[in-house]
Amino acid sequence: MTPHILTRSLNRSATVFLLVLAALGILLPLSNLLLPDGSFLHVPTYLISLFGKYVCYALLALSIDLIWGYCGILSLGHGAFFALGGYAMGMYLMRQIGTRGVYANPILPDFMVFLNYKELPWYWYGFDMFWFAALMVLIVPGLLAFCFGWLAFRSRVTGVYLSIITQAMTYALLLAFFRNDFGFGGNNGLTDFKDILGFNVQADGTRAALFVLSCLALGIGFLICRAVVTSKLGKVLIAIRDAESRTRFLGYRVESYKLFVFTLSACMAGVAGALYVPQVGIINPGEFAPGNSIEAVIWVAVGGRGTLVGAALGAIVVNYAKTVFTSGPLAPYWLFMLGALFVLVTLLLPKGIIGTFNAWWEGRKEKDEARDRAQRDSATAAAAESAAREDGVIERTMVKR
Amino acid sequence: MSLLETRTTSAMLYLDGVHVSFDGFHAINNLSLTLEPGEMRAIIGPNGAGKTTMMDIITGKTKPDKGEVVFDGTTDLTKLDETQIATLGIGRKFQKPTVFESQTIEDNLLLALNVDHRVRGTLFWRRSEPESKRIDRVLEIIRLGDARDRLAGSLSHGQKQWLEIGMLLAQDPKLLLVDEPVAGMTDVETHQTAELLKEINSHDKTVVVVEHDMTFVRELGVKVTCLHEGTVLAEGTIDDVSANERVVEVYLGR
Ligand SMILES: Nc1ncnc2c1ncn2[C@@H]1O[C@H](COP(=O)(O)OP(=O)(O)OP(=O)(O)O)[C@@H](O)[C@H]1O
Ligand SMILES: [Mg+2]
Repeated sequence: MTPHILTRSLNRSATVFLLVLAALGILLPLSNLLLPDGSFLHVPTYLISLFGKYVCYALLALSIDLIWGYCGILSLGHGAFFALGGYAMGMYLMRQIGTRGVYANPILPDFMVFLNYKELPWYWYGFDMFWFAALMVLIVPGLLAFCFGWLAFRSRVTGVYLSIITQAMTYALLLAFFRNDFGFGGNNGLTDFKDILGFNVQADGTRAALFVLSCLALGIGFLICRAVVTSKLGKVLIAIRDAESRTRFLGYRVESYKLFVFTLSACMAGVAGALYVPQVGIINPGEFAPGNSIEAVIWVAVGGRGTLVGAALGAIVVNYAKTVFTSGPLAPYWLFMLGALFVLVTLLLPKGIIGTFNAWWEGRKEKDEARDRAQRDSATAAAAESAAREDGVIERTMVKR
Repeated sequence: MSLLETRTTSAMLYLDGVHVSFDGFHAINNLSLTLEPGEMRAIIGPNGAGKTTMMDIITGKTKPDKGEVVFDGTTDLTKLDETQIATLGIGRKFQKPTVFESQTIEDNLLLALNVDHRVRGTLFWRRSEPESKRIDRVLEIIRLGDARDRLAGSLSHGQKQWLEIGMLLAQDPKLLLVDEPVAGMTDVETHQTAELLKEINSHDKTVVVVEHDMTFVRELGVKVTCLHEGTVLAEGTIDDVSANERVVEVYLGR
C-alpha cells in the first residue's frame, strides 16, 4: 500500500523538490552549528530563523494550493488557520514561562495578571502539556474549517462568494483576538517565550532544530498533498474544479470532497503557524489580517497554481523579495510592489513560475502541435455548433421529409 | 386509484402534471410522460420547448413547482439531489458536451465508472483488472482507444459527444438521458451514434433521446414525443407525429 502511494507520488519534480529541501534542511543547520563564526560558509542564526519562517510560509502556500489549485476553492482566509495553529503553540509557550514572567505567577501568564484575571480561563487548560498543544494545533483549525466548510459547501457557496466569506471569517477572528477580554493577550498577543520542551527558544541549537522540523513538516505536507492529488480523489478534485455540477451528475458528493480537502488544508496551515511562532517569537492578532491571507494567495499565483512545488517556491521567492525590499529605502512601497507583481504575473505568467517552466519543458514543438489541433478543433466545433443552432435546421429537416 | 398505482410502479420513469416556472415564465406546463422499462423514447420540439429543462427536473438540477416525478415505480425524484439521483442509476449526457477537459480521456471514463464514489473509497482507490477492462471496452466502443492519453479538451466537438456517451456507458445507469447527441457530427458519425444508442437500448436500458435531427430520430425508429411550450403536443410514431398538423404548425411558425 504505502510503497505504491510513494512511487505514484514521486514524479521527477517532486523528487527534485524533496532532495533540495532535504539538502537545505541538513546543510544549513550543520553550517550554522559546526562552522566557526568567521567562516565564509557559516550561516548565522538569524538567517536560520528567517529561512525557517519562509519554510513555514511555504507550507501555508502548499495548503492553499491544494484547495485552490486542485479543487478551485479560493480561500482568502487561510491566514486564520495559520494564526490559530500559531496561537495554540503560543499558548503552550506562554505556559512554559511559569514564574519567570514579570509577575512571577506560576499559573497565569503576565497579561492575565495585568488584566486582573483571577484564574486561568478554561480554554487555557491543558496547554501546559506539549502533546495537548500539538493536538490543538491540528484540531482547532481543522474543526473551524470543518464547521465553516460544512455550512458553506452544503449551501453550495462557491467562487467569489466563498472567497468573501473566508475573508469575513478571518476578519471576525481578527476583531475577536484584538479584544482583551477574549483571553489571548489582546492587541499584544503572546510573546516573551522562554523555552520549548525544556530548550531555550533563543538558543542556536533550538533554532536549528526548529528549522529542521519546519523542513520536515514541509516535506511531509508536500508528500501528503502529492499522495492526495495523484490518487483517484485528486482526479475528482480536478473534476470539481473544472465542472462541479457535472461531477455531481456522475454521483459524487461534491461537498464531502470539498470538506475533506478544506479541512486537511486547514490542518496543514495550522502546523505551519505552530512552527512559525517559536521562530519569530510572537503571535498577535495581526496574523489574522485579511491582507495576510491575500498575500499568501499571491505567493501561490506567482509560483504556479496547481503545481504544489510552485506554491512552495512562490512563498519563498516572494518573501525573500519582501525581506530585501522592506529592509531598504523602498520599504514603504512594498505593497505596491506586491500588487504590481501580482498584476504582472497574472498578465505575463498566468501559470506562474513553475507552470510556465513546465510548459516550456514539455517542448515547444509539442505545444505548437497541440495549439494547432485545439484551434482546428474549436473552429470545427464552433462551425458545427452554429450550424446546429440555426433555427432553420429543424424546419429544413421537417420539410425535407 | 389502484389502477394508477400499478401503472406508476411498472414505469421506469413517470412524470405527471409537472410545472416549472422561472420568474413567472412557464417553462414546463402540466407535463406528463411515461417510459416503460427498456423503452427508448425520442423527444423532439422547437427551441425553448423545455426538453433540456425536463432533463434538469429528472436529474434533480431543477425542482418542479408542482407535479410528480417517479423513478422505477418507487422513488420520488423531486425529494433527491443530483448526487442521489445519479447514484440511483440515472445518467445524463448534456446538450453542450461537458467532459473534464484538463484530464485524459481515460481518466474521464475512470471518473464515470459506477464504483464507490465516497471520499475514502476514491482516496485509497487502486487500479483493478476488471475496471481497466471495462474502460478498454468503452474506449473501443467509442473509437477513442488511440486517444486515451490525450486531454479531453483537445477533442473535436463530435468526439466530445462520443466521450460523453462513453462516460454514460462507464456509468452504466438504468436510465440514460441523452441531450442532442449528434449535434456537430458528420452523417456517418450520426449513423454510428444511432446504432450505438440502439445497441445500448437493446441491453435493457431505458433511454430518452432529445434530438432535432429528424434523419437521426427516424433512424432510431422509436416512439416520438413532441414537446412545445413545456407540454406534450403529440406522441406516437415519427410518421404520425410529423404528420400532425399542430406539430407542423409549431415548427414552421404561425
Ligand atoms: N434556469 C433558467 N432560468 C430561466 N429560464 C430558463 C432556465 N432554464 C431554461 N429556461 C427557459 O426555459 C425554456 C425552455 O428551455 P430548454 O432549455 O428546456 O429548451 P430546449 O427545449 O432544451 O431548447 P433547445 O432545443 O434550444 O435546447 C427556454 O425559454 C429557456 O430560456
Ligand atoms: Mg435543450
